Amino acid sequence: MSPEPASPAAYLEAPSRPKRTRFQEFWRLFRRNRMALAGLAVFALFFVMAVIGLALTSGSRPLLDPARVRLPEKLLPPLSTPHHPLLAPGEEPVLGVYLCGTDDLGRDVFARMLQGAWVSLTVGFVAVGISVAIGIVMGGLAGFYGQRRIRLEQLLVTAVLLAGAGILAAGRRPLGAAVLIIGHAWLFWSISPWGLRRRRALPAGLGFLRRDTLMVDTLIMRFVDIMLCFPSFFLILTVVALLPASIYTIMIVIGLTSWEGTARFVRAEFLALREQDFVAAARALGVSNLRIIFRHMVPNAVAPVLVSATIGIASAILTEAGLSFLGFGVPPPHATWGNILSDGKRFIFDAPWLTFIPGAAILIVVLSFNLFGEGLRDILNPRSRERN
Amino acid sequence: MLAFIGRSVIQKIVTLFFVSVVSFAIIHIAPGEPSQVDPLNPKFTPEMVQRFRQAFHLDRPLYEQYALFYRDLLSGRTLSWKDSQPVLAKIWERFLNSLPLFVVGTLITWTVSFPVGVRSAIFRGGLYDRSATLISYVLISIPGFFFAYLLIIFAVNRFQVPVIGIQTFGLTEAPWLFRLNDRLWHLLLPSLLGATGGIAVLSRYVRSQMLEVESQDYVRTARAKGLPWEMVHYKHALRNALLPFVTMFGLILPGLIGGSVIIESIFSWPGLGRLAYEAILARDYPVILTINFIAAVLVLAGTFVSDLLYVIVDPRIRL
Repeated sequence: MSPEPASPAAYLEAPSRPKRTRFQEFWRLFRRNRMALAGLAVFALFFVMAVIGLALTSGSRPLLDPARVRLPEKLLPPLSTPHHPLLAPGEEPVLGVYLCGTDDLGRDVFARMLQGAWVSLTVGFVAVGISVAIGIVMGGLAGFYGQRRIRLEQLLVTAVLLAGAGILAAGRRPLGAAVLIIGHAWLFWSISPWGLRRRRALPAGLGFLRRDTLMVDTLIMRFVDIMLCFPSFFLILTVVALLPASIYTIMIVIGLTSWEGTARFVRAEFLALREQDFVAAARALGVSNLRIIFRHMVPNAVAPVLVSATIGIASAILTEAGLSFLGFGVPPPHATWGNILSDGKRFIFDAPWLTFIPGAAILIVVLSFNLFGEGLRDILNPRSRERN
Repeated sequence: MLAFIGRSVIQKIVTLFFVSVVSFAIIHIAPGEPSQVDPLNPKFTPEMVQRFRQAFHLDRPLYEQYALFYRDLLSGRTLSWKDSQPVLAKIWERFLNSLPLFVVGTLITWTVSFPVGVRSAIFRGGLYDRSATLISYVLISIPGFFFAYLLIIFAVNRFQVPVIGIQTFGLTEAPWLFRLNDRLWHLLLPSLLGATGGIAVLSRYVRSQMLEVESQDYVRTARAKGLPWEMVHYKHALRNALLPFVTMFGLILPGLIGGSVIIESIFSWPGLGRLAYEAILARDYPVILTINFIAAVLVLAGTFVSDLLYVIVDPRIRL
């Protein structure tokens, strides 16, 4: 028998905790979605494999050497055993068998796949981390401070600074530096206490400087519109081709070009949350804006961001694979799934495993992220939760 | 209505201006210069480089280069740096090659996704719905190049047809029916690949729209008064579910120029995507910037058209 409260008053006073925590409720719903569960399982497996792969294939004397060339052993099908007499000591594969076969230089495809797993994993997570960070800041600014107007002087300072940077980049050092110094001086003057105090007493002729112009929201959302005008893969390809090839370039470029969706979601959530009672209550209690944003609004706005981030990881992995396939991206001796496939395509009829193994790996990983993300969307969205 | 059109046209022109500035800046601020594209070539003497820089205004300051470039572009006189051909003519020629891919791909997308989506919605939760869902996730997740090779292996082994390129080389003597057949085989695989992503996304969208409408009161009323099954689904529900898709006619416009780089390289298809790829490799800035500019124009025009169509189709929207 459940313990009875001593009196009605005590019953009312007792903290009425929900029976299940938010996480328990989430897990209960999540377990029913079998596809999402499978996605999560594959994702966990992939994560473990990538970490183990990094440990096994890096260092000066890796256990599984992805760059070891064994020319007599080229294009062996999966699960074939090495021809020991032909190999120099130390060249035999550690496992005693080529699990995924060898490529046209006799390199162990299994070791190369392990090395590539880490690349895919980091590209996915770092690129999405960058894009989510930018998206939350931009969307949050537009959603929370969107109604504020920008004064003409602020626009002018920005224009002066940008012009200075532009002139500097165009090669006119002294002029550009001078413009930059003027811009910074103006900026510091206007945010220094001295400048703030003097603000009320601007000379009559300069009063127009304080005219309100654009809204913050307009500025940011028009910027999003501009970014959406670029065909994204083409833009990424252009920038990656112009910059020196490295994995970090790819992560940063993918991150910088894919934040628009997140920004829109966060803005929409913030606009809705601003009007909620708990935000009004926090404001009435005198909570600072930053605390309202980070303690009260961000946790409530995180659901759609989480979903779009999960699906963003999938598309970042696909983009990286596409870039590697086209020959941009990580420089050659390092293996990625995209460039294993790209190297193998010349032997597509003789050595199909060089196409099928990396292709299937990309497909499975991306599929698991997509299924997991869709499962999250179903659970976190109360409307579709009722329907199912 | 007129005010809406005027306002959005002005807004789009301002956006376009900023797009042109940003794309110009990205390309010119990136390290390296097109005159240094081949530093080891003995034919590239310093005088040559100097002449090259002068001929293409590379020695001027950036804002002058910007003004000169867009003056030339808008008057249609831009020349490619690689071969001094007019850029617009080059793009037009490649565009005509990409157009069949786009048309066939779009047709495949729309004719497949609507029946699939509607059927999944009507039999929600059934075997058909669940397998369609899984297949559409697979289609979204499969890397285009991997799928391309699967299809190539399948088509070549099963049907013994050549599929790479626009047509089989040296068939000019063959009868026209044979040539047509050959062209169609070459067209089929790349446009199917171009359609896969679209099929997956669009069929899911059709399904969710259809489900949305099926839960409305008037559909329940129609069911309750004993109307035949197909009348309820196809006349009451489907017609109203189709509304948002009218606006999609505007949104497919950008696809005209977004010829896929990867698919066109695999199939050696001399389309726009290939042109863009070659231009990027050769640092042919006029071609890159022009394609980018046209793409931006198409995106903006597409959203404009879809806004307009929405207003025309849906009387509930007032401006």
